[in-house]
Amino acid sequence: MDKMPKWADVILTPLISLVLAMAISALVILAIGESPAAALKTMVDGALGSSYGWGFTLYYTTNFIFTGLAVAVAYHARLFNIGGEGQAMMGGLGVALVLLSVPLPHWLLALPAAMIGAALFGAAWALIPAWLQAKRGSHIVITTIMFNFIAAALLNYVLVNILRPVGSMDPASARFPESTYLPALTDIAAAIGIQWGKNTPVNITFLIAILACLLVWLLIWRTRLGYEIRALGRSEPGALYAGISPVRIIVIAMLISGGLAGLMAINNVMGESERLVLNAVEGAGFIGIAVALMGRNHPFGVFLAALLFGFLYQGGGELALWTSIPRELIVVIQALVILFTGALDNMVRMPLERMFLALRKRRAA
Amino acid sequence: MDFNTVLQILDSAVRLMTPLLLACLAGLYSERSGVFDIGLEGKMLMAAFTAASVAYATGSAWLGLLAGIGGSMAMSLIHGLASITFMGNQLISGVAINFLASGMTVLLGQKIFGLGGRTPSLQGAARFQEITLPLADTLGQVPVIGPIYAQLISGHSILVYVAFLAVPLTWWVLFRTRFGLRLRAVGENPASVDTAGVSVTRLRYAAIGICGVLTGIAGAYLATSLSAGFVKEMTAGRGFIALAALIFAKWRPWGALGATFLFGLLEAIANRYPNLDLGIVTVPSMFMNALPYILTVIILAGFVGRAIPPRAGGEPYVKER
Repeated sequence: MDKMPKWADVILTPLISLVLAMAISALVILAIGESPAAALKTMVDGALGSSYGWGFTLYYTTNFIFTGLAVAVAYHARLFNIGGEGQAMMGGLGVALVLLSVPLPHWLLALPAAMIGAALFGAAWALIPAWLQAKRGSHIVITTIMFNFIAAALLNYVLVNILRPVGSMDPASARFPESTYLPALTDIAAAIGIQWGKNTPVNITFLIAILACLLVWLLIWRTRLGYEIRALGRSEPGALYAGISPVRIIVIAMLISGGLAGLMAINNVMGESERLVLNAVEGAGFIGIAVALMGRNHPFGVFLAALLFGFLYQGGGELALWTSIPRELIVVIQALVILFTGALDNMVRMPLERMFLALRKRRAA
Repeated sequence: MDFNTVLQILDSAVRLMTPLLLACLAGLYSERSGVFDIGLEGKMLMAAFTAASVAYATGSAWLGLLAGIGGSMAMSLIHGLASITFMGNQLISGVAINFLASGMTVLLGQKIFGLGGRTPSLQGAARFQEITLPLADTLGQVPVIGPIYAQLISGHSILVYVAFLAVPLTWWVLFRTRFGLRLRAVGENPASVDTAGVSVTRLRYAAIGICGVLTGIAGAYLATSLSAGFVKEMTAGRGFIALAALIFAKWRPWGALGATFLFGLLEAIANRYPNLDLGIVTVPSMFMNALPYILTVIILAGFVGRAIPPRAGGEPYVKER
């Protein structure tokens, strides 16, 4: 017998955790001498008050959907992939190498090619930690952390010594050919006669991200592979008895996870900066952890949580612009969300379970 | 490369390894008791900030040190609450602590000092000064041994000596005291410790408490000795290198000394020779910086001596009823 009805487990607990995280964030804002209500208003106005704000919010959302899905897929196999940051960096490298070396006449051709590059590089970066976990039992959390640092060093080397155009000082690649620029949502809106989100970076990748949510849902709950991934996540001995090879599933789940993290590069590298810069990922890989925890590793939850973090990210930028609250407030909120929805989950869950049990007893009596 | 250059590099390695060594020993206590700690980075960062702030306000490095320990202890308590009391996921808690420290230090720093997250630079007694050991000047004239004593062994801040003394002390505590025996047992098989009537919770809290003290000293060293003040993100991945060193050391105190010395040496060499010319190939500085991580992955892979973590590590202990 479940201790709680399903709706309480899926909706109520994350909601209470979120409220707790937000309440403490409000206290933090109070502590640094600003008004939480005014701060919230600035954030809502800046992130959701205009199509300009929405354009940025949805751009960040796109990043977080990919990294959140990456963490979620691995989590279903009970693998904690903290390597999304490094995998997304490598995805960017994949995009840059494809777009700079293969002449592609139109973005419709460039997009699938770049997606393959991004996913392959991201997946490749997840392969070694996956293989080490599966075959040698090396803890995937530690290896993926190490691989984040190795990716940063590698990217730095490649940008400074190989991809940097002659005569340029910054560690960045050359611009991608103009034919490969992705259409921004504002252009699409303009084509059908609507003026929306002028000068915002949100582009067609947003639609791909939504598609990715759908595909991940199908994969996890409607395919044999997804069943095997979940079975392994629930119980390794159980999966073993059912004839599922843990090595195979660990490697495949991590490849999908790394590929999804890598795909983020379509949005930020190909869609926004249109060249590869050193700090392109900007911590989105880590925000993916919060997004997946908040979204209970369900693609729809990930979508909603990514939207929330997109709002926080854009709103945080506005806060830094208009008030004396630094951008780092978002890092604190992110930490609190991870803490309450992830690590302190039982703190919320245990009293709730007790409450529902008491309710049920009273009804039975 | 002459003798003097070697001495200078070694001297710089000793300075750079000190925070790594302290953080590594901190992680050692925590993980030996069965609590994984990937929040070393955040604890050190918080400690560096509180240490620098209080040292600036009071002009005393010692009060700064105390504040540093307080700062990291607060983070340790959150970790304990999440991973021991509420039996949550220790890794997720560690990730949260890293972000919490990274955000809070800048937020508070900007509020208090208004310098974009930095603290003003520390001078005089607000920093731990270098100590000249007795007879360093006289002995310095003796060939070979003299310069080693005068330059390498003498002339560090007191926290460096504290870090080195912590190694034998940790060995003694872990392997020669009852507390150490129980601590190791609770990381391997908490149920048996519980059966013997010893509180698993109390032991684990003690372990993360020691972890808080040591990361506090490490952070205070960074902000009040190695540098003169706090800078945003000043730990720069040192907490993770310490974690790597811990695996490298196979969760042993003397191993921790060796591993952190190796990583400190790598950093010192990378600082001195940004592009190391080995005759045949030039090693870029990025490679030197990534080397600790690469070495750790190789060790973790078990190709060069297998690193086996404490068996109950990462698992919250659920007392059966």
